[in-house]
Amino acid sequence: MAGMIEVRNLGKTFVTKDADVEALQDINLSIQAGDIYGIIGMSGAGKSTLVRCLNFLERPTGGTVEIEGRDLSMLSEKELRAQRAEIAMIFQHFNLLMQKNVIDNICFPLLYAGVGKKDGGRKGTMSRKDARKRAEELLQIVGLTEKAKAYPSQLSGGQKQRVAIARALAANPKILLCDEATSALDPQTTQSILQLLKQINKDYGITIVIITHEMSVVREICSHVAIIGGGRLVEQGRVSEIFSHPKTKEAKELIVKGKGEERRTLEGHQKDMMKGKCCIRIVFSVNSSFEPVIANMVLRFGQPINILRADTKNVEGIARGEMILSLPDDMQMQADMKEYLTQRGLAVEEVDGYVV
Amino acid sequence: MWFSEWTNEMTVMMMDGIKETLFMTLLSTLFGYLLGLPMGIALAVTDKNGVRPNAVIYKVLDVIANIVRSIPFLILLILVMPLTKALVGRSYGTAATVVPLTLAAAPFIGRMIESSINEVDRGVIEAAQSMGAGTMTIIMHVLLVEARTSILVGVTIALGTILGYSAMAGIVGGGGLGDIAMRYGYYRYEEEIMFVAVVLLVVLVQIFQTLGMKMSVKLDRRQR
Repeated sequence: MAGMIEVRNLGKTFVTKDADVEALQDINLSIQAGDIYGIIGMSGAGKSTLVRCLNFLERPTGGTVEIEGRDLSMLSEKELRAQRAEIAMIFQHFNLLMQKNVIDNICFPLLYAGVGKKDGGRKGTMSRKDARKRAEELLQIVGLTEKAKAYPSQLSGGQKQRVAIARALAANPKILLCDEATSALDPQTTQSILQLLKQINKDYGITIVIITHEMSVVREICSHVAIIGGGRLVEQGRVSEIFSHPKTKEAKELIVKGKGEERRTLEGHQKDMMKGKCCIRIVFSVNSSFEPVIANMVLRFGQPINILRADTKNVEGIARGEMILSLPDDMQMQADMKEYLTQRGLAVEEVDGYVV
Repeated sequence: MWFSEWTNEMTVMMMDGIKETLFMTLLSTLFGYLLGLPMGIALAVTDKNGVRPNAVIYKVLDVIANIVRSIPFLILLILVMPLTKALVGRSYGTAATVVPLTLAAAPFIGRMIESSINEVDRGVIEAAQSMGAGTMTIIMHVLLVEARTSILVGVTIALGTILGYSAMAGIVGGGGLGDIAMRYGYYRYEEEIMFVAVVLLVVLVQIFQTLGMKMSVKLDRRQR
């Protein structure tokens, strides 16, 4: 079945004076209606360019983008603008009109772009009164009714993003693109914005695409994820699957290093101590948490295990236990222990040079 | 003793001077914006980083702006006399100076508008584009709205500059305070009259500056 968003062999090359820069190469994505789809990568990986290709703010230099079966490259300038009204977007820096108050910002797409046109009329056919009424409803959805008359400079980051979300919803979009929407916010505000997005996805069935460099964001609300590295798609699938069994180097790196868990730099002798140690990361599924696996393994092999980190993470709304273990130096023992853990239904991953 | 021989006629002359200076300055600024505003918008929008890049239109406007701006005002005043005559009916007098003043001001104003618009945050423009807004909508409801404060500061600067240019209007019998200062101070060594005229010019510039800045701050919604 064709999805809401189908991306095929997408490529984007920027031509500069010095050299051609291949920002994206051979990207294939299929995003179904109602998904919350994460696109994650380190900065400079090309994810912002990718999301701009989804509404043709950047024209791809190769491949196609189809929204509900319509190839965007076949649309005229006018049709493309009408299509864009159905693909809302929010940004890292909110991008509100600084000289307009909250209500007028939300009214913008209602009065000047999008909505009027979609209803078959000329743009701006929605009366000022109707637009205001709709804007007030939207403000209620994002929980900012009392800030209607405030200017963006008087709002906090989280409040600004709420206004941006209300503005994005104004045109009744089918898709919401979020470009690093929570990257400028503190962890608590990030949580509340993510909850709001989740609610919008549930209540209105809007397909959401989230661009981020934070695995915690993807874990929190996404059902699917695509990992971008060096302009290429390196891995994609269900979040729970990739969280338990990351295959590529990029995926492992993003998963092990979570938000706000900056790795401490070790002193020289500490580094030497960790050198050559075999570290593994294990993820508990729901049923494996009934058995005291680690304790049993220690008893069985008669060797101590060093637990470097233990954590519980919320993945697709289910709590998942995660541990990083340092195994004994004996190679045979290491292999046996990994085998033991795998047999008990745990996802086992070797992590090279893990530093607490 | 200075001012001992100050007569009523001199007061009347100064009042007329103020009126003529204001007439020339305000009218030229108004016409200057009628030409310069669209020019500045076109420059900003067709720039290679603009909303709708167009190398040809940009280059043409760019060259026009540079040529007009590099002609000294005094020369321009004389060069455009035929045009002035065709538009106003005669090539001398206060009304006649409005034509060269406007022509000198327009490209300068255009450049200021261009730079004001270029200051508008790219992200806000991108947001409007993502909502399906067309070029005209973006100009009217994003660029001009967001650049408002900067444009008003520009108006203040333009008024001061045009007021300065208007002092040269004496060449074509345009009158005004600058003309008075030149005639009495430079040609007749009557320093007190020159002094009064210059003080009045300074006061006018101060008033424009203060009002302009007050208004731009009052209309700016960013800091409150």
